[in-house]
Amino acid sequence: MKRLMKYLSDYKKESVLAPLFKLLEAFFELLVPLVMANIIDRGIAQKDMGYIGRMGLCLLTLAVVGLVSSITAQYFAAKAAVGFSTKLRQALFDHIQGLDFTNIDKAGTSTMITRMTSDINQVQSGVNMVLRLFLRSPIIVFGAMIMAFTIDVKSALIFVVAIPLLALVVFGIMMWTMPLYKKVQAGLDKVLGITRENLTGVRVIRAFHQEEVEEKRFQDSTRALADSQIFVGKISAVMNPVTYLVVNGAIIALIYTGAIQVNVGNLSQGEVVAIINYMSQILVELVKLANLIITITKALACADRVASVFAFENQTPEGIESGAAGNSTGDAAPFLQFDHVAFAYAGAGANTLHGIDFSVRKGETVGIIGGTGSGKSSLVNLIPGFYPVTEGAIRLEGRDISGMSQEELRQRVGVVPQKAVLFKGTIRSNLQWGKPDATEEEMWQAIDTAQAREVVEGKENGLDAEIAQNGKNLSGGQRQRLTIARALVRRPQILILDDSASALDYATDAKLRSALRNLEGGATTFIVSQRASSIRHADKIIVLDDGEMAGIGTHDELLENCEVYKEIYYSQYPEERLKAAKASGADRAAGTEKKGGVSNGGR
Amino acid sequence: MAADKKNGKKKIDHSSQMAALRQVLTYIRKYWVMVGFSLFLAAVTVVLTLYVPILTGDAVDLLLGKGAVDFAGVFLVMKKIGIAMAVTALAQWVMNTCNNHITYQVVRDIREDAFRKLEQLPLKYLDSKSYGDIVSRIIADVDTFADGLLMGFTQLFTGVLTILGTLVFMLATNVPIALVVVCITPVSFLVARFIATRTYSMFQLQSETRGEQTSLIEEMIGNQKIVKIFSREEAVEKEFAEINGRLEKCSLKAIFFSSITNPATRFVNSLVYAGVGIFGAFVAIRGGISVGRLSCFLSYANQYTKPFNEISGVVTELQNALACAGRIFELIGEEPQVPDRENAIVLTHARGNVALENVNFSYVPEKKLIQNFNLDVKPGQRVAIVGPTGCGKTTVINLLMRFYDVDSGKIRVDGRDIRDITRGSLRTSYGMVLQETWLRAGTIRDNIRMGRPEATPEEVEQAARAAHAHSFIKRLPEGYDTVITEDGGSLSQGQKQLLCIARVMLCLPPMLILDEATSSIDTRTELRIQNAFAKMMEGRTSFIVAHRLSTIQEADIILVMKDGNIIEQGSHETLLARKGFYATLYHSQFEA
Repeated sequence: MKRLMKYLSDYKKESVLAPLFKLLEAFFELLVPLVMANIIDRGIAQKDMGYIGRMGLCLLTLAVVGLVSSITAQYFAAKAAVGFSTKLRQALFDHIQGLDFTNIDKAGTSTMITRMTSDINQVQSGVNMVLRLFLRSPIIVFGAMIMAFTIDVKSALIFVVAIPLLALVVFGIMMWTMPLYKKVQAGLDKVLGITRENLTGVRVIRAFHQEEVEEKRFQDSTRALADSQIFVGKISAVMNPVTYLVVNGAIIALIYTGAIQVNVGNLSQGEVVAIINYMSQILVELVKLANLIITITKALACADRVASVFAFENQTPEGIESGAAGNSTGDAAPFLQFDHVAFAYAGAGANTLHGIDFSVRKGETVGIIGGTGSGKSSLVNLIPGFYPVTEGAIRLEGRDISGMSQEELRQRVGVVPQKAVLFKGTIRSNLQWGKPDATEEEMWQAIDTAQAREVVEGKENGLDAEIAQNGKNLSGGQRQRLTIARALVRRPQILILDDSASALDYATDAKLRSALRNLEGGATTFIVSQRASSIRHADKIIVLDDGEMAGIGTHDELLENCEVYKEIYYSQYPEERLKAAKASGADRAAGTEKKGGVSNGGR
Repeated sequence: MAADKKNGKKKIDHSSQMAALRQVLTYIRKYWVMVGFSLFLAAVTVVLTLYVPILTGDAVDLLLGKGAVDFAGVFLVMKKIGIAMAVTALAQWVMNTCNNHITYQVVRDIREDAFRKLEQLPLKYLDSKSYGDIVSRIIADVDTFADGLLMGFTQLFTGVLTILGTLVFMLATNVPIALVVVCITPVSFLVARFIATRTYSMFQLQSETRGEQTSLIEEMIGNQKIVKIFSREEAVEKEFAEINGRLEKCSLKAIFFSSITNPATRFVNSLVYAGVGIFGAFVAIRGGISVGRLSCFLSYANQYTKPFNEISGVVTELQNALACAGRIFELIGEEPQVPDRENAIVLTHARGNVALENVNFSYVPEKKLIQNFNLDVKPGQRVAIVGPTGCGKTTVINLLMRFYDVDSGKIRVDGRDIRDITRGSLRTSYGMVLQETWLRAGTIRDNIRMGRPEATPEEVEQAARAAHAHSFIKRLPEGYDTVITEDGGSLSQGQKQLLCIARVMLCLPPMLILDEATSSIDTRTELRIQNAFAKMMEGRTSFIVAHRLSTIQEADIILVMKDGNIIEQGSHETLLARKGFYATLYHSQFEA
């Protein structure tokens, strides 16, 4: 909560003025019964028409002044609330932008979006309500009490008893229901979850004939939701009757003391009316408050959810230049080196990668292949520093990348992620993501390399063709080529293709690879793929198996001595296995020696 | 133009609102005893709440001055007030509780009906609708409807009763003063209306700007990693700030101008109060009304105006609620799938003879898809379906599983038309693994035993081992009891697919459908799974859809599809020898 309050501090003036003008309005409102008492006691009793007229004018003036101050209060309240939520939204957005990959994994997109939108809106209306009305109620309540004191101390003492009682009821019920409302919200989340699941998984559910089971599950959760709603409702419904009881009880007491006081001659009839009026004003105010409390309870729950996003903090602050980073080992150092790297995702039980040790020369093409979950993507994600290594070090030109600023590192590394995502805008604006000031020529060059010329030229407006959100108006293969072009515009020193040519047909894939090889200035390229054909021509192939390096070398070397690679390769090219078996058989027959066991023919 | 749209919408709304209202009433009818009771209590509450100020006024009239207080009378009045308020409080609480019960039970009933319909709707409907829309109908719309209904119950009825009651009481007490009140109060109603229509366009602008901002949020936060990869954080933040600034301006306007309503109506209330005060005082001087009655009048003046404001709020709220109800009833009123035939048989232990006879099918009549499709699969045969994207591979599966019904022709399983078999038994006779993996929020174990909830932990583990999922499950923090989110959370696409395979391995149904079941799994693991599949497929009829030709070479029949037709049919060798479409497809793999 405190975390959020600081965004209100820029609106100190407004947050103070709003309740202040409310106070003024309440004050004028509180004067009304007093004026009325005068009309009764003096005007009616003495039959003074002129006096009644003057007091009537006075009532009108009070009404006008009340209107003006209340509109002023509304203005300041709205300004503070809207300003607060604007600042908060920006701060939250900026905060999320600053999160590192580990935190992004943890956070979950859909809750982030609801928190940024509906939760903040709830908080905004909560703040607005608090400034406008929540403060008004105590002011009216205590003001009424003070006014009662000015009329008669003995009767006012009844207020002193009644008000704490009322406060107890209001806050007691609020404290009681707040956690229950959270429970209701959670129940609703569950109902929503099951509904969503049944839509996204409709085929599977029907295939397993689970419709009735799902109906039962849904019923259980809606019933639980209805039960908890009815339960909270029951408690909330206590508020109005109980305040009604307390206030009317107080009125009975007021009539009693009033009767005694009038009898003794300490009070006039009009004054008793005024005091009773003050008590009814309290009742009216509390009824309004009761309706408000649900809004405020909800706003508080939402504020909690928003604040919890701020609680995500990056473990290592971005871009710390450590002194050690400077000591380059000179030209002798390899361009990129993995030095006994191990890596585990935050909170994961076991290492995803370990014992990764290799180095790459500038301009080389490195293929990475391995089974599902063998750590291919994790490995390349370490290069741009998306995740920090757990053990060992990665060095770029001899410098440990953990000492480099994110800015520098990402400038040098271009990544084409698995999921081909484009943003709403034009082809041009998407390419500018790679390099904001890219010239037309640079763009076309990148497009050519990425084999995307036909995609761009196929569109009516060329570079200025519209792209829908998430690039929905393009096919998977077209999107992939454009995301590759986007990474190339930057002319990165290191280019990472994380299984990002999977939607391309074999021929285009081959053309792309040859274009990349002939790139001017020669980028060091990492290609992650499941297709042996995509990586077989790489300078180096790293074979991963269960987070460990099962082999490294060229295609031919690996076919000789890496069991895992052989298995992968032959699973995709069964004929080759037959050929290899025949060849080895022929070799054996000829008596020529061959390095490594060529025993794969038996499989 | 906006005004036109609004008007047009209003007209349509009106008739559909009445229809929605009728349907709401049928749901409420079930609880009619409670509704009647609630209405009775509301009347009691209103009458008593109005009676108390009269009593208070009576009491005041007894306090005439020093030494002139009628204590016996005062005590009597006090007792009356005590009883009245106790009854009111009780009635109010019981009424509110009743209303809660009615509302939330009606809401629950509606939700359950909507969900039941969801389970019965044909896939044709579901495939054509956006899921977000359906979800928002069942969740958000029902919620708004509940709020409106509850408010309608608690406020509309009591509000109207209060106005009527006060009017009667006031007219009975003093006609001229009552007329003053009657004349002035509608002003507050008019003021509220006036402001509401003026602020409408401001709210519209606000929600448009909000929508713009939400879509930016969705795009950028949904793809946060890509934003970071290109170091675009600052640019994106700036873009956000621009929209945020605009939103601030228009929100401030909308909120401020709409918030004038309250002070304005309060001002009208003050006018009423002042009017009653002054006019009442004049009347009192002439002896037309007692002071006590005047004080009672004053409190009525306060009570009388309040419901007017509330009712204007409730009416818009109710309109909104009915609009939402209309959207839900639209869903509930959708045509369900054709129910199973009455004498439909339950298919058990299918032998696996699947035959398609002259099958024609298309999703939309204008676009013919599958035409005159014939196929006869003997028990235990393996059928592979290949072809370019959009050729109708997945459609064949939709037909086999009876997710869609054929337009003409017949599909038979073991010689029986599948329309004569219950859907449930037909579908459970197939084990299906799809390309789009779907896991539900819950533990890994629950996901695997979805088709057989009674499976023992050993059986679950055995199935997971067969699907080569055991080793990665073991490495998860809680093993088989690890809770995963709806989209599988941190599991990779391949791992999710392995879980889906384990799910089928546990059920061991007599027939199999594998639609790109191993597309995200590396070829080596795939090979191992193929072995498991092969073991499983022994004696089981199976249909396999795949891109990768390596996975289908061993099939007994390969169907090569193009544009909804089978253009080639045969075994791998015969098709290669034919040097047709299949051969071209196969060789393109090796061109690189």
